[in-house]
Amino acid sequence: MSNALIRMPKSAKRGEVIEVKTLIQHPMETGFRVGTNGTMIPRDIIDEFLCTYNGVEVFRLKMSSAIAANPFVSFFTVATETGVLFFRWVGDNGFKVEETASITVA
Amino acid sequence: MTASAVFFAVLALTAAVASAEIPEAERRSGYHDMGSSVQAMQDDDAANPGTLWLLQGEALWDRRQGAAAKSCADCHGAVSGMAGVAARYPAFSTGTSRPIDLDQRINLCRTDNQKADAFAYESRELLSLSAYVARQSREMPITPPADPRLAPFLAAGADLFTRRQGQLNLSCAQCHDDNHGKKLAAATIPQAHPTGYPIYRLEWQSLGSLQRRLRNCLIGMRAEPYAYGAPEYVDIELYLMSRARGMPLEAPGVRP
Amino acid sequence: MDTHHKTDMTRRGFLVQSGTATAGAALVTLIPLSPASATSDEMAAAIKEVVGSAKLNPGKVTLDIPPLVENGNAVPMKVSVESPMTARDHVKAIHVFNERNPQPYVMNAYLGPRAGRASVSAHIKLRESQKLVAIAELSDGSFWTASANVIVTIAACVEDLTL
Repeated sequence: MSNALIRMPKSAKRGEVIEVKTLIQHPMETGFRVGTNGTMIPRDIIDEFLCTYNGVEVFRLKMSSAIAANPFVSFFTVATETGVLFFRWVGDNGFKVEETASITVA
Repeated sequence: MTASAVFFAVLALTAAVASAEIPEAERRSGYHDMGSSVQAMQDDDAANPGTLWLLQGEALWDRRQGAAAKSCADCHGAVSGMAGVAARYPAFSTGTSRPIDLDQRINLCRTDNQKADAFAYESRELLSLSAYVARQSREMPITPPADPRLAPFLAAGADLFTRRQGQLNLSCAQCHDDNHGKKLAAATIPQAHPTGYPIYRLEWQSLGSLQRRLRNCLIGMRAEPYAYGAPEYVDIELYLMSRARGMPLEAPGVRP
Repeated sequence: MDTHHKTDMTRRGFLVQSGTATAGAALVTLIPLSPASATSDEMAAAIKEVVGSAKLNPGKVTLDIPPLVENGNAVPMKVSVESPMTARDHVKAIHVFNERNPQPYVMNAYLGPRAGRASVSAHIKLRESQKLVAIAELSDGSFWTASANVIVTIAACVEDLTL
């Protein structure tokens, strides 16, 4: 079950800078750990996170094995217009989760 | 040993344990022993990874399951009605004739009322539901039930807490009653109050139950851990909750 | 790869060849417990991939990370850059590198004037005590940097001996 959490204001004044906080369920297995049987546990990470605002990219993050399990990422964006923020996490083994959040801008 | 001798031995033990207990004014959650950055992680729901389990718990609460096709909400209504429940577990269960913890209570609901299979200990589903229920008691004081049927199990838990065991020949009390606040390597020894369970432990990179933490302690003492669900764990939890009575719950807590 | 690591590899190769199958199996379980870690040279090379021959200026960047953490599995980090974040003058990217994880990369964040504020936070993994370097790439092509040292301690009682 994919599981992601977006926390950001539901409404904002035009031009206001808002913080977007994101959490997603993922083991972020580094590929450098050894299992109990002595063999390396294969890498399984999210390597890219993207946020678009009404279709325009406003934030992109290239992630590595150095990002913690259940990644928390937060960033800022200007509330330009009412619409939808779209989030996408892509990673190893075909991992892909998409989420959206709406904002009303007055 | 005669019956009265056993009675007096138990009485003496209970008295000894009571005197060693940390006074209420000096009780301190492990929250206060950790760095401000981990405290901040716990305090902000949007950054606390335990919130991911709450999300799943919320979904499970409303999902109809088992042969009875019932959801938790069908019997219990809104989850807010669960406020205070986690603060009074473990509680005596007449069906099992002994105390059960919150996870076991959830599984009894599944097998008896939902006619569904019990969730495995430490499974994502069980931790999610137990975190979601425990979250409703955040900031509420731990209030162990005044149920006389619990007395022998409380005494058994106190005995386990104070008994030396394992290859290191240590008791729980030697660290957590006698030496809390001091350092074990770089870590501060906490008072071991179960205020934040289930907790997101950075070491585990996951949410986990108090039973998992107790297993962790037993391995640290080089004692053989009990199997998940063992009555010993519930007895210790019963004693720990009694020892922490009055302290506010903080589930899902974050710990290093 | 540093010379110490090369020595290990050579010795493992030699022992696996000359020892019994049992000795070989034992080595395979023991040696991977210390995987290679990035070195300051590897971090410098990774930074050069981003910065090229441009000058790396100290300033403008604030790297906010606790100086001492009880566990390196999730360390809160915030990188902020002083910038008006206008179309003419903004931060294009924020890059973070580390010195002692198995790889020198932490993250590369790409932003622009739509961000309003050049600030990115994440929980990161630090395998051991080390130095972190944050670099901001500005719209005028300049690079600015800040670094921080973090001490990572480990718990006295860990769950499994295999960790």
